Formats: sequence, structure tokens, C-alpha cells
Amino acid sequence: MRSGLYMLPVLVFGVLALFFLKGLGLNPREIPSVLIDRPVPEMTLAPLPGRGDSRGLDTADLKGRVSVVNIYGSWCIACVQEHPYLVEIKKSGTVPIMGIDWRDDPVMGYAWLKKHGDPYERVGVDPPPGRTAVDFGVTGAPESFIVDKAGIIRYKHIGPITPDIWTRTLLPIIRELEKK
Amino acid sequence: MIAEIGHFALVLALCVALVQAIVPLVGARRGVDSWMAVSGPASTMQFLFIAIAFGALMNAYVTSDFSVMNVAQNSHTEKPMLYKVAGVWGNHEGSLLLWVTILSLFGFAVTLFGRNLPPGLRSRALAVQAMISVGFLLFILLTSNPFARIEPPPIDGSGLNPILQDPGLAFHPPFLYLGYVGFSMAYSFAIAALLEGRVDPAWARWVRPWTLAAWIFLTCGIVLGSWWAYYTLGWGGWWYWDPVENASFMPWLAGTALLHSAVVVEKRDALKSWTILLAIVAFGFSLLGTFLVRSGVLTSVHAFATDPKRGVFVLGLLVLAVGGSFSLYAVRAPAMKMGGLFAPISREGSLLFNNVLMATGAATVLLGTLYPLFADALNLGKVSVGPPFFNAVFLPLMAPMVVVMAVAPMMAWKRGDLAGVLGRLKVVAALALAAAALVWFLQGGSAGPWWTAGGFALAVWLGLGTLVDLGGRIGLLRDPGRALGRALRLPRSSWGMVSAHFGLAVFIVGLTASSAWTIEKIQTQAIGETVQVGDYAVTLKAVETVPGPNYTAARATFDIARDGQSVALMQPEKRQYRMPPRPTTTAAIRSGIAGDLYVVIGDEDIKGGFVTRLYYKPCVLWLWAGGALLVLGGLISLADRRHRIGAPARARVAGVGAKA
Repeated sequence: MRSGLYMLPVLVFGVLALFFLKGLGLNPREIPSVLIDRPVPEMTLAPLPGRGDSRGLDTADLKGRVSVVNIYGSWCIACVQEHPYLVEIKKSGTVPIMGIDWRDDPVMGYAWLKKHGDPYERVGVDPPPGRTAVDFGVTGAPESFIVDKAGIIRYKHIGPITPDIWTRTLLPIIRELEKK
Repeated sequence: MIAEIGHFALVLALCVALVQAIVPLVGARRGVDSWMAVSGPASTMQFLFIAIAFGALMNAYVTSDFSVMNVAQNSHTEKPMLYKVAGVWGNHEGSLLLWVTILSLFGFAVTLFGRNLPPGLRSRALAVQAMISVGFLLFILLTSNPFARIEPPPIDGSGLNPILQDPGLAFHPPFLYLGYVGFSMAYSFAIAALLEGRVDPAWARWVRPWTLAAWIFLTCGIVLGSWWAYYTLGWGGWWYWDPVENASFMPWLAGTALLHSAVVVEKRDALKSWTILLAIVAFGFSLLGTFLVRSGVLTSVHAFATDPKRGVFVLGLLVLAVGGSFSLYAVRAPAMKMGGLFAPISREGSLLFNNVLMATGAATVLLGTLYPLFADALNLGKVSVGPPFFNAVFLPLMAPMVVVMAVAPMMAWKRGDLAGVLGRLKVVAALALAAAALVWFLQGGSAGPWWTAGGFALAVWLGLGTLVDLGGRIGLLRDPGRALGRALRLPRSSWGMVSAHFGLAVFIVGLTASSAWTIEKIQTQAIGETVQVGDYAVTLKAVETVPGPNYTAARATFDIARDGQSVALMQPEKRQYRMPPRPTTTAAIRSGIAGDLYVVIGDEDIKGGFVTRLYYKPCVLWLWAGGALLVLGGLISLADRRHRIGAPARARVAGVGAKA
């Protein structure tokens, strides 16, 4: 019994090590999306009340130029982290960003944009249970999609966009798509 | 050329480390003195070669040698000198080189200061130390060579992430590494003790100062990192329970537990196998942190260049070092002689109680950190574990620990008098309850969070309890005339304990107040517009463009008024760095004992107003002061005469070692 107790650390560690080995083969940032290289789902999303838009976000808005679709919600903690940088991108005028206020009270969604800044060209509301986001293959917020000129989803980024991810990964893809 | 010398020196260091890992170990097993004696010169040479390699990389950074890929990717001619130097460890390859440099420095220190150690213990420990060196040197040479050249060399480098160009962060990694790697000493000595099959007070007396030194560095590193996050990230937070933060916090918890259990081994010759286990765990957590940060198995805001090949390598190291030592522990520890017995109510008992709580705390942090990985591996979906989990699980574990912390130092060894100790703490308990009631009243009852009263009660209980203990030790009430003399003669380790425990009480005040009563105002502010933040009226006066050495800043000027009187001007900046082109925010902070006013300037909106974030954060200074007292306590305790070379106790140590 006593010597069994002394075995405990190595047993616990063995289990951990197996998980680590398995974990090396997984990528926490990448969730396979069935929608890569598929057209954006058909959608007609309502505008965000208070923002003064006559309409929200339609499939047609994502055609004719490269754009980024960003999923956010006023309840989303990690969104606060990436948001200042999105505002930054908007200011630089690199690429239009479309927002989808996901599974949120639109009033809260608007108040949140007022509080943290509004980086979006158009914003659509995807009220609970969030059917459009499901069509996009969204698993959580924040999540961003790069859509090419033909309205086809070319890249999906899970989690907050950081300057590093933007300059090293997303921006090169956008530049490449813009050339086509 | 110099880069090649660095590379070559690393290869030589690897060869020396291989010899150091094998020869002394065999020598100690067979009792061949000359083989054991190899460990000393070998560790000196290993340190010299690694220092040459480190110097070579440093040289490449300082002279901006962009033909070295590592320099080209992480440095830039325009960068201020401090950040060129700090750039050496601001990246994966360079930070690993710093890691082994510190490791070999510690090995060298054993050779330098460890002459009084029993030769068997010393040569075995140095051999274990060399094994770790071999692992990491192979890792560097095979997967992460910092001296790789690039052809053709670029005209200029791509720069260091501007958010890292900060004095707080320049020194944060070296301190952390000194802490992590410092625990390798306790680890090596634990393995050496397991190999010898013997742990005695002399062992603990040797291990404790090294653990203490590592703990001081780690505490410094964590506090610096939090302070940096607080004033540069512009959110006014200082701890996010991010995997990488947790990776530094887990060894800290294990190390703190180790420090305390080593005292029991030293004074009472008890808790030996537990202490050995903690020594392995503390360094194991350090290695685990390295694995988590560099393998990419978890997502973190601390993005290091991750590469699965490197991950496999570090996992291999981790399995060998931790799995191997735990196996050795399972075989050898049961045979270890039990030391002095003690009653549950005793100083040993209360130290053990807190040790267990701290270990449980570390385990919960580990669970929360790894849960996303477990869930992913078991196909339960992608999840993230955030602050709510840690706050709800970890903090309640720490509350009873703090309660016992005030009591433990007053308990006698072996068998304590709980009733007597509690009797001495009657007034403190009453004051703690009074503080809780006062805080509850001042925040307007349930208008604030419920736990503030508890937080303040714990802080008062621990802070005053520590002072009552100090008063008792120097006989302040019994014999006030001689109290000062007694205070001067009190062992430094006692003063260290008082400073550290009191520091934790101060920290708890800061933690409680700043998490509960922060005022946050985020809005668009036009020039001349005033926003009220707590007692302060904050007016945006102007925003102007100011050039910096490698950036351009938009600097805002705020006028701060209190009761209609202007008390200060504050100038936060929003910087746009040129290389790499990235924006950062520099908050303006006005610190005070009561709280910090924290001002951040954001973007201009269409109408000419500016997005401003204004915070009033109570008692933030107490967090840093508490951290500083912890470090100070460690330093005072380290200066205790029984840890110094040549002190009378030392001779006795050597005597005990030689006899046994």
C-alpha cells in the first residue's frame, strides 16, 4: 500500500505524457472547416438597431472584392482583446471588415461597439440560435473568415486576431487574393 | 566567423557535458575519487564554452550581423541598444541559449561554492545537472540553432515586436529563467539523494538556499511580467490565467511548498520523501512550462514560434527527466528512513497542511491549463478554460492556507499548543472581523462583491498575526526594554519569513481591492471634454504627434482635477512603430497608495473625438509592494548566516555529511 503511493507520481505523469503526445498531433487553433473554398452561405441579416443602417449584411455584400467576416458578440471576452486591432485595420483601410453579431441581444451588440469602437463596414445580426454562423461553421467567437472576390470563403481564423497573426498569416492571404 | 565560433563552442560544451554526465556518476558508484573529481573542472569548462556561445550571439545582435538568420529575423539597426541586447533572448533559439547558459552557470556555482559538500553527493548532482545540459544542448543543436546563417544577408532586420520593447520585459525572461533553471539545483540534488538513498538535514541545508535563490528570481520574474502586462497592454489587467502565466505560476507554487518543507527536513529531519517529491515536481513544472510554450499544444497570447518537431523533442526530454525521476522515486523513496515524528497539531503539521494545499492549488492550475488539451484529445470538443474557473477553484483553496499561515510560525515543533496560539491571536481575530465589517459597510453591503470582506479579513489576520508573532519572538510586551536588542539578534531567516508573510497580506489587500472596486470608463472624448472617474475629473486637453527613436507617437495630454483643483497632467501615447509596423498603446498611470488612475488614448473618430479608456484601480500599488516584500523576505532569508560560506554552521554541515 505504502509503496503503491510512491508509484502514484510516475503513473499520473505517464497519463499526462500520453495526452501530450496526442496533443502534439492536434492543433488547438485549427478546426477543420468544411466550408473552406465553398461560397459563403446564403444570408440576409437584419441591421444592428441604433447603428443607422438601412440594411444589415447580405451575401451580395461579400462579392466583388476581398473582405473579412468577423464573428463577435457583446458576451465574448476574447473579442475585447482583438477588437482594438480590428479598429486599427479599419483605419488603415486595408480590407473591409463585415461584422456578424452572433447569438446576442442586438441592443447589447450595438452598445458594445459604441464602447469598444466600430471596425465594421456592415454589421448583420444573427440572433439566437445563430443559424447563419452555423452555416459558416463557426464554433465560437471571435472567428474570422477571409472571403475572395467571388464570394468564396478562402480562410478561417479561430480566436482573436493579433498583430502577429495579421501580418504573418492573414494579410499575405488577403494580398494574394486581391491580385487574382 | 564569430557566429561559427559560438556554434563550435556549443558542440564542445555538449561533449564536455556528456563526459560530466557519465564519468562522475560511475566514479561515485564505484567510489573512485579521481573520476568523481572530474565533475568540478568539467562543469567549469562547460560553463566557459556555453558562455562563449552566448557571447557570440550577443555580439551578433550588438553589431547587427544580419547574416545570422536569428538576428535578421528579430533585430533591426534602428532599435535602441538595450533592446538589441534583450533581443538575444526575445526569440525561441536565443532564449534556449540563455536557458542553458544559466543552467551551466548554476553547475559552475556548485563547483565554486560546494567544496564542503560530501564528494559523492556533489559529483552525482553535477552529473544530473550535466544530463539536463546534454538534453538542452542537443535540442539547440539539432532543432533550434541560433547561429544558422542566411544567404544573402538582408540589408536590415525585421525588428522585434514593439510590445516587447520595454525595460520591464527586457529583464522579465532572464529572471524567469533564473527561477526555472534554479529549480534544477534542487532537482539534481534530489536525484543525487535518491541515488545515494539518503536525505539528511545537511542535504536540506544545502538545497534550501539554492531553492530560495531560484524562488526569489522566479517571484521577481512573475512580478515584473505582471507589472509589464499592467502598464503596457493598456487593459489595466495584470494576470489573465493564460497557459504561459500558469506555466510560471505552477513551479512557483511547488517551489514555495519546497522551501517550507525543506525547513522541516533541515530542522526536524522529517517529511523527507515529500520534500524530494516537491523538488522533482518544481523542476518538472519548469520543464512542463517549456514544453507547453514551445510545442504549440495549447493556445496562448504568448505566441512563440511553435514547431511540432521541437514539441516532440521537448516531450522526450520531459519524459526522460520527469518520468525517469518519478520512477527512481517510486523505487527508492519507500526505503528512505522516516525522520522525527510529530503530532498533527505542531509546526511540522501546519507546514505540511499548507504544503498539501499549495500542491493541490498547483494541481488545479495544472488541470485548468491542460483541460483544453484533454478535451481535444478525447474528442470532447474545443474548449477554453478562463479566469472564472481559476478564481472559483484556486482562490478558495488559498483561503484556509492564509488562515493557517498566521498560526504556523507560532506553533512549537513536534507538538503545538493550538489553544495557546489562538489565545494570542484573539485580538487579531477580532480586528480581522472588524475590518471585514468595516469593508462591508464602506462598500454599501451587497452593492459590492461579497468576497471583499473575506479578502480584507484574511489580509488583516495574516498581516497582524505575523506582527504578533514577531512581537512574541522579540518579547515586545514581556520585556520591552530589551526588545530592540532581541530584534537585532533574531535570525535573518525569521525576518525573511516576517517580510514574506506580511508581503502576502499586503498583496491580498491589493488583489481584493483592485479586482472588486475598479472603475472603468470607456468613451469618445472630444478635446476639452471632461469625464468623471471616481473622485477625479479627467479632461482631454490636446493630442499631438511626437517622434520617437523608432516610432511615431500620438501623445494626448489630460488634465486631472480633484475637487475642482488641477492635480496633475497625464500623457498617454499611442505609438506606431516603423519596423515591424505595429501599433502599441502606452498608458499613463498616476500611482498612489489608495489607487492608480490609468489613462489610455485610442483612435480618433470621424467627428474629431478620441476613444479614451479611463480607469481608477484601487490599491494596485499594494500588489507590487506585496511582491517586493516577498522578494525582500527571500533575500533577507538568503543572507542568514547558516547559508553563508564560512559561517560556523557550515563546518558542522560538512562534518555531518562526512560522518554519514
